[in-house]
Amino acid sequence: MKILVPVKRAIDYNVKVRVKSDQSGVDLANTKMAINPFCEIAVEEAVRLREQGIASEIVVVSIGDKACQEQIRTALALGADRGLHIETEQSLESLQIAKLLQKVVEAEQPQLVILGKQSIDSDNNQTGQMLAALCGLPQGTFASKVEISGDKVKVTREVDGGLQTVSLTLPAVVTTDLRLNEPRYASLPNIMKAKRKPLDVKAAADFGVELTSKVKLLKVEAPAQRQGGVKVADVAELVAKLKNEAKVI
Amino acid sequence: MAILVYVEHDNAHLKAENLKLVDAATKMGSELHLLVAGYQCQDVAQQAATLAGVSKVLVADDAAYEHQLAENIGELVTELGRDYSHILAAATTTGKNFMPRVAALLDVAQISDIIKVESADTFVRPIYAGNAIATVQSEDAIKVITVRTSAFDAVEQSGSAVVEAISLSKENSLSAFVGAELTKSERPELTAARVVISGGRGMQNGDNFKLLEGIADKLGAAIGASRAAVDAGFVPNDMQVGQTGKIVAPELYIAVGISGAIQHLAGMKDSKFIVAINKDEEAPIFQIADYGLVGDLFQILPELEASL
Ligand SMILES: Cc1cc2nc3c(=O)[nH]c(=O)nc-3n(C[C@H](O)[C@H](O)[C@H](O)COP(=O)(O)OP(=O)(O)OC[C@H]3O[C@@H](n4cnc5c(N)ncnc54)[C@H](O)[C@@H]3O)c2cc1C
Ligand SMILES: Cc1cc2nc3c(=O)[nH]c(=O)nc-3n(C[C@H](O)[C@H](O)[C@H](O)COP(=O)(O)OP(=O)(O)OC[C@H]3O[C@@H](n4cnc5c(N)ncnc54)[C@H](O)[C@@H]3O)c2cc1C
Repeated sequence: MKILVPVKRAIDYNVKVRVKSDQSGVDLANTKMAINPFCEIAVEEAVRLREQGIASEIVVVSIGDKACQEQIRTALALGADRGLHIETEQSLESLQIAKLLQKVVEAEQPQLVILGKQSIDSDNNQTGQMLAALCGLPQGTFASKVEISGDKVKVTREVDGGLQTVSLTLPAVVTTDLRLNEPRYASLPNIMKAKRKPLDVKAAADFGVELTSKVKLLKVEAPAQRQGGVKVADVAELVAKLKNEAKVI
Repeated sequence: MAILVYVEHDNAHLKAENLKLVDAATKMGSELHLLVAGYQCQDVAQQAATLAGVSKVLVADDAAYEHQLAENIGELVTELGRDYSHILAAATTTGKNFMPRVAALLDVAQISDIIKVESADTFVRPIYAGNAIATVQSEDAIKVITVRTSAFDAVEQSGSAVVEAISLSKENSLSAFVGAELTKSERPELTAARVVISGGRGMQNGDNFKLLEGIADKLGAAIGASRAAVDAGFVPNDMQVGQTGKIVAPELYIAVGISGAIQHLAGMKDSKFIVAINKDEEAPIFQIADYGLVGDLFQILPELEASL
């Protein structure tokens, strides 16, 4: 079975972003970028399915400018077999990303598509669900467990009230949550090997997908800063402050 | 054109989020219709009809909607939604699950997790774990929006809308509900509680969360956790507060043995008052806490419980 894993180049999760002074966006110049953590979990899951003999091929796709080939190489070093870079200088929204991925699904015919549940930059949490709807596929979002048997995949999902399990007929779309697995580190030999794995490049403009979004970004501002407060000496002072000053207990 | 608001419920009770969701909707237009989709959910429809500002409650009561499967709900909302200017749902795991399907099927963008309504087409939403706030304008004919309800106020339950049954069954053969393991608790829900007390890795194990329970009982608080505490298996996933867990904004948030990583702060920094209890006086959580208490939580928590 073939697995498709879309990965996104995103800001490293340790970096605290700064908003540009002209409010046009976030200053990403010289910031450390990485594979979005949820996408890394998606790659790991695919690799484990191949190690169990369930998957036979893992294709990684990323959409963005040239730099995102770095993240494709990272995924290849973690164990994916081949990469596809859909190149564009435009910053695309989830719906456009999902439409491009739909074309990839049509061409590659994977049995399973595993995506991150959200990217930690735009925090949208939509691409996988949109892709599933566009392809007419069932979905298992926020997965903490994925079990394949025959033509079905059972997905345990992290939901607000606890856990929910659904059974989906393959092909299907799964999005990862934090507890699905702990991604491995790529070893040096695997990083070297990844450099020789195939990586195709295609232009986003050649897919026949309308790439402009109807949503305009008007401005990006820094959030209101919270003022740090005071240190209290002991429990008695804390309780007194909460009662008399904050009046919340 | 009217606004369609998707009601969050468990087939028996209206969730508290809906009161705030309707508040967000009233800022976009004046005619509001609610949709209650579920199974044997008539009670929910009656409760929904009392929300102020709502003119009509549509009820789709069908076994296909019992477990809120995204495939079925997505089809239903897409079909009904074509006649509306806006479709809204809370940014809960239910809303996040089916709403992007609706947006894709209607060929429009989804605007996720809004915290403010500037006008009928312009909205404010946090990005980068709340470290940047974006204002976006949508030119799509139908605006599909999920709402961070903690950023809005509850409307009154003083209305009396008409309740109208609709018979539209959207079943699918590709996905099926298998089971659920829902956490049972007598405490208020995390996202609706007036007070939240959360434990982190500093709690050391799940048993020690009992130290928080006594305090939570006295304050009527919900109990939350950091990702580290959930990953370590101290407590279940539904207790995670943060960028990728639940977003809370209670009147009082008490962080115990939590260092204050940006991903955790993203889920609680809009709380009205923040208390931090940590043995490391350099812990970043103190930078945003209104009241910080440096010390050993195992000593402080019993003392705190006794003095409430
Ligand atoms: C205020 C703002 C500023 C932005 N600035 C930029 C910018 O500077 N540069 C830029 O490139 N984009 C930018 N974007 C676009 C945005 O970051 C995303 O590319 C787009 O919204 C895709 O959805 P998402 O990542 O939020 O999807 P989510 O639904 O949150 O992501 C879920 C999953 O979808 C998959 N996925 C998402 N995007 C891709 C991709 N490109 N390739 C492969 N798989 C993917 C991954 O598996 C990911 O884990 C901006 C958006 C906003 C709102
Ligand atoms: C993609 C991604 C998403 C994430 N999403 C989230 C999220 O949604 N929510 C979230 O919380 N995190 C999230 N994280 C994790 C986050 O980065 C931190 O790792 C996590 O919040 C740390 O949890 P903690 O503060 O409990 O643990 P630590 O950082 O280990 O802090 C423990 C604290 O306890 C204190 N302590 C220890 N013993 C005692 C004692 N006896 N008395 C008093 N204090 C004591 C220590 O001084 C320390 O400050 C995410 C990370 C990634 C990469």
